[in-house]
Amino acid sequence: MRSDYLLSQLDVLEAESIHIMREVAAEFERPALLFSGGKDSIVMLGLAEKAFRPANIPFPVMHVDTGHNFSEVIDFRDRRVAQLSVRLVVASVQESIDQGRAVEETGRWASRNRLQTVTLLDAIEEHRFDALFGGARRDEEKARAKERVFSFRDEFGQWDPKNQRPELWNLYNTRIRRGEHIRVFPLSNWTELDIWAYIEREELEIPSIYYAHERQVFERDAILLADNPFVQRGEDEPLFTATVRYRTVGDMTCTGAVESTAKSVAEVIAEVAATRITERGQTRADDRTSEAAMEDRKREGYF
Amino acid sequence: MDILRFATAGSVDDGKSTLIGRLLFDSKAIFEDQLAAVERTSRDRGEEGTNLALLTDGLRAEREQGITIDVAYRYFATPRRKFIIADTPGHIQYTRNMVTGASTADLAIVLVDARNGLTEQSRRHAFLTTLLRVPHLVLAVNKMDLVGYDQQVFEQISAEFTKFAAKLEIPDLTFIPISALHGDNVVERSANMPWYDGPSLLHHLEHLHIASDRNLIDVRFPVQYVIRPHASSDPELHDYRGYAGQVAGGVLKPGDEVLHLPSGFTTRIRAIEAAGENVAEAFPPMSVTLLLDDDVDISRGDLICRPNNRPSAAQDIEGMVCWMTADRPLAPRARLIVKHTTRTVKGIVTDLHYRIDVNTLHRDESAASLGLNEIGRVRMRLTQPVFADPYARNRLTGGMILIDEATNTTVGTVMITEAR
Repeated sequence: MRSDYLLSQLDVLEAESIHIMREVAAEFERPALLFSGGKDSIVMLGLAEKAFRPANIPFPVMHVDTGHNFSEVIDFRDRRVAQLSVRLVVASVQESIDQGRAVEETGRWASRNRLQTVTLLDAIEEHRFDALFGGARRDEEKARAKERVFSFRDEFGQWDPKNQRPELWNLYNTRIRRGEHIRVFPLSNWTELDIWAYIEREELEIPSIYYAHERQVFERDAILLADNPFVQRGEDEPLFTATVRYRTVGDMTCTGAVESTAKSVAEVIAEVAATRITERGQTRADDRTSEAAMEDRKREGYF
Repeated sequence: MDILRFATAGSVDDGKSTLIGRLLFDSKAIFEDQLAAVERTSRDRGEEGTNLALLTDGLRAEREQGITIDVAYRYFATPRRKFIIADTPGHIQYTRNMVTGASTADLAIVLVDARNGLTEQSRRHAFLTTLLRVPHLVLAVNKMDLVGYDQQVFEQISAEFTKFAAKLEIPDLTFIPISALHGDNVVERSANMPWYDGPSLLHHLEHLHIASDRNLIDVRFPVQYVIRPHASSDPELHDYRGYAGQVAGGVLKPGDEVLHLPSGFTTRIRAIEAAGENVAEAFPPMSVTLLLDDDVDISRGDLICRPNNRPSAAQDIEGMVCWMTADRPLAPRARLIVKHTTRTVKGIVTDLHYRIDVNTLHRDESAASLGLNEIGRVRMRLTQPVFADPYARNRLTGGMILIDEATNTTVGTVMITEAR
């Protein structure tokens, strides 16, 4: 054992995240963990497993299912949940649409990204969740860089960025009234590279679409979108085959692929370390809508 | 590679955003699309050049008003260290946000414009830094290019600050002359200031020794959560009872004799687990699970320490308070919820000794209350004891937050000076 009592940056981040998760388990009655099958939520679930070992994870996992998923990711989700003997709650955007709670967007840029907020807030109300773990990181986006680890949401699920609770040391204010809830971000201080380094160190399994593979794609707004049944492809958007991987995993309608030859975590890390473009800028059509697209969606109750 | 957390204080006028932009850009933590977005916005607004403040001022209101309102966290890494920047607002009306950002910082950079010298604002920032016990302070004298890289100017500001700093407790103080705009002494040593023989700012951040800043002497383990697997099928786990928490001080090892508070009962550590694996020792900031020799009734909010070194089990608290709400003032007889480590109790303010003028450090003993962003010394009486140390001894067992019973918002923070 070292005698200098130094911890590596991954050890420090892990200790902080575990502290946050235990604080939630201790202070809330009905927490849940948002799990998309993406790399951040995979790391978050791995940390939850560690935080409560040898006991089971003491809260359910919730997936907001847009119906526009990569099938590899859904397979992965179901396998992982079965391994951990944790309860899975699926909140379906399709059901929200069928019930008339949400209205499907139409046209070329139609996406269910924004509709997820309706489904998410309905599910929170139905299951009376009082705390929700999200995998958002502060390095992802400028509105997220401003958000607290324990982020208060009013009874309409809204975030008020100008009126956030001060958050000092490792003391988190968990007090809410009925109908309100807290979004908790245990990965706040992790960067994209930290996530990959941790996946490598812990040998965490991730869906295959994170590695380079051949896929039929087309280009829109300088983003490579997969050929899929949920997007209206224009005649001016020809399909071609490319060797790609995904840097983020979201809806097929708005998540772009990047050209890559990385077949292993180490090769992905080498590419991520060399890239000069942010992951959301490179792969998310939803953030390009406006300068404050994320802030606006977060105010409404988005993840 | 370890982590250094640092806070920057200053306003846009001091070149704070330019400095952060430079650090991020030179360490390749700013990406092309972020830069392109900022360039586009700057151009659309008809600004001259690229406004790097737009990189850190992420909220709509901040962009509209051209000021930093809330703490933004930024990340970059060099081969030696990962850095977390808490970019805090400089204006007095956002003091509470600066206090928030400084609470976890290992180091604070206070920026001074070389042309203006020390201002009320730089003195206030230095005071808040010491109030929160940030162990290392850098006074960065910026815009040296605009004073002809004159050594005299730098020496004069440094001397003036040293005189002011004598009134504060600053364990480690470093002066660096820089030009954030041109990069002098930011990443590389500057050829324009041959008279300066100290390190560049980044070199200082990379090589600063921070391991000794933690308290590795006084064992403090606030119990956060009790792990009981409830697995009747597995006889090995049937009696498992683990006390989970984050080490707030000292070094714990299996076999150590420990004392439980509030009971005063002593026992030994049987094993320490981190994520289900046995480890040989635990120290801050590790999150671990302790298994003890004896079956003691231990729950969240209790504390484990060494028999001959225990914190005060205190119901009477003296401390410095920073008030963080405009909804109501803090005055004697105010009732509040108090969160200290993993323990939540109720408390009442019994006395307000004085309000401190954060610009002049003058103590106003006639003050009857504290308003938003005001700082003063109070006495509090708690309904139940907390296991506390002076904040100067341990930031984690010496800090408390105050929560409003009616609104549930965090309305204040206390740095304990004395706990009885």
